Amino acid sequence: MIFEVFRQERKGQAFEHAGSVVAPDTDFAEAWAREQYGRRGESVALWLVPRDAIHDVEDWADEFDLKYRRVDGYSIKARLKEARERAASRPR
Amino acid sequence: MVAAVEIPRDEQAFLAYVQDGGQVEVADWMPDDYRAKLVKFIEMHGNSELMGVLPEREWILRAPTLQRKLALTAKVQDEVGHAQLIYRVVEDLGKPRERCLADLVDGKSKFHNVFHYPTKTWGDVGVIAWLVDAAAIISQKALLKCSYAPYARIMKKICWEESFHILHGRDVILAMVTGTDEQFELVQEALDRWWGPLMQFHGNPIPKEEDPMYVWRIKSQGNEEARQQFLEGYVPQIWELGLTVPDPKLRRSDDGTWEYTEPDWDELMHVVTGHGPKTEERLAFRRGFLDREQWVRDAVLVA
Repeated sequence: MIFEVFRQERKGQAFEHAGSVVAPDTDFAEAWAREQYGRRGESVALWLVPRDAIHDVEDWADEFDLKYRRVDGYSIKARLKEARERAASRPR
Repeated sequence: MVAAVEIPRDEQAFLAYVQDGGQVEVADWMPDDYRAKLVKFIEMHGNSELMGVLPEREWILRAPTLQRKLALTAKVQDEVGHAQLIYRVVEDLGKPRERCLADLVDGKSKFHNVFHYPTKTWGDVGVIAWLVDAAAIISQKALLKCSYAPYARIMKKICWEESFHILHGRDVILAMVTGTDEQFELVQEALDRWWGPLMQFHGNPIPKEEDPMYVWRIKSQGNEEARQQFLEGYVPQIWELGLTVPDPKLRRSDDGTWEYTEPDWDELMHVVTGHGPKTEERLAFRRGFLDREQWVRDAVLVA
């Protein structure tokens, strides 16, 4: 059985994928994950997840243009330039 | 967030994807050639970790102090741990660990040139731990950006542990060069023995665009680039200790590149194809352990 190993470096931090171990059961998986990912005190916690239990979501339909919700949806450079030019030529 | 990137299912487009900095996960589609190159490269790395502990293991019982004995033991434990992580990645790519080990002891796969040589004195242990590890970490840091993401991720942990190894090696060297004249001499002699293999370590200077491991972005730098980085980082450190690098042509040119005597590429080829001075003995040692420990693997598998 393949277990994916996620490790947490400090309390409160996100668990990060570190690698995987192959083991016949959870006890062996724990023993090996402890040895390979926690032996030096580099992790405060580990998550062992059977690979088969992971539900993978990778396709992100983007049929609507939703850029107005993001920073890259706004290009102000050209307009800003124009605004500055107009401001400069405007009589005071 | 922008929509997830589709990994192209076409060899040319895939190549462009990885060359553009794209990374691949275990379940993603990948060209057969890419997978084969990954297996070859990563398996060789795993083999090197596993074989690399043997020259040092020979010195655990002969280490000069208890502290050195403990440090050396920890280092050996780390390197075997690296081999475990690395073989796991190879296994995920389709080649089981048992087959990697069988190919290794049958001499069908390779390991790094530096682990085919004997360790004559404690000076060799220092030079290995400092300079061989330094050369290795330069290659390994270039793998943090590997296009195969699971490999890049385990490299983080490996590089983290290697940094202790280098410091340990430097400490061994510093203790000896500040000791008696005989101790200093042991370091100089070891450096003389290891310089050739060290200069061969990063491989022949083929342009990186012709290096398939670079083309697929398995590694992120060319051989000569790595060697230059090693020379730039470590020759000044060697010199400042009063040691002599056994290469009369070695000098830093005005444009910052290092000139040196052409390394012996025939020796490199000869050694890595299984004809090094210690190759047969060390493979026999591994073979013996593999046989003696078969029952452990059997017992775990029925558990």
